[in-house]
Amino acid sequence: MIAGGFGVGKTTMVATVSETKPLRTEEVLTDESVGVDDISGVEKKRTTTVAMDFGRITMRDEYVVYLFGTPGQERFWFMWDEVSLGALGAVVLADTRRLSDCFPSVDYFERRGTPFIVAVNCFEGARQYDLAEIQLALNLGPSVPVMLCDARRLDSCKQVLIDLVLHAMKARGLAQEEPQNA
Amino acid sequence: MMPPEDPSRERWADDAPRERPGDVDHWSEQAGAEPWEEHAGPMVRPYVMTSGRIEPTRGRFDLITLVVAVGSDADAAVGLGPEHVAIVRLCQQVMSVAELTGHLNLPMATVRVLLGDLLDQGFISMQEPEPEADMHDIRLYKAVIDGLRAL
Repeated sequence: MIAGGFGVGKTTMVATVSETKPLRTEEVLTDESVGVDDISGVEKKRTTTVAMDFGRITMRDEYVVYLFGTPGQERFWFMWDEVSLGALGAVVLADTRRLSDCFPSVDYFERRGTPFIVAVNCFEGARQYDLAEIQLALNLGPSVPVMLCDARRLDSCKQVLIDLVLHAMKARGLAQEEPQNA
Repeated sequence: MMPPEDPSRERWADDAPRERPGDVDHWSEQAGAEPWEEHAGPMVRPYVMTSGRIEPTRGRFDLITLVVAVGSDADAAVGLGPEHVAIVRLCQQVMSVAELTGHLNLPMATVRVLLGDLLDQGFISMQEPEPEADMHDIRLYKAVIDGLRAL
């Protein structure tokens, strides 16, 4: 799963690593989803459309990794529930100019016990922050890796995903099962 | 998918569509519901494709559930809509529900209902994703890391 605020580069990242042309699925929410899906926060709107980016990487041994770029706003968490159930882990993409945009994503994964790492997408013209500063600003535990990346570059995205898998292994591999409330 | 409750809000029933900016916003956010004049959006609304049904008759159809066509004569079948046939065509190779949805440019809920129909009638078969227990299989992680490195 690749999460993060609006315009932070989720679509770019999915497009960079996906072997197939990235697809975009759209979901229309209507009043009928109340009670099934949590759309609190959009009560005033009767319908809304949310988009999700989707990519795929086929591994040599019959494994297929699916990438889901999901909308970061809290009101779309119901969509995440579906994706995060079978998710290896999550990348929270962050933009230092709008760091607070990724708070909801961090919150969500912390609560769900989904292993995640924070990748700071380096936008040109944005001030470069120290990684420790970002860790502090996001109030992250020391075990959550924070790294810099460039969502447009394959080697950078690869490294982010590899770090995520390593982190997920560490988070799960010690046989300490995170309580899942799903 | 369900129809909007208030038929008077139907775009094409509206003679003066741009009276209030709020209304226009409301509509432009619906999938494919751009005004007629600017973009001849879908002729058929998603809820029409599913006859107003919101749940598939069978199957859960997770995003990464894999679907494949079995038997290839969907074109000749009676009672299938063009969207059903489009799905069967796409599923000649194994495809995930998420991919199908992307290709069809339809809301996921709609695709799920259509897939349920096809499953019912034996045009497709599906494979649900592996349960989460697999998340503790170290080989999985190693394979994924190797695969990523090989990119």
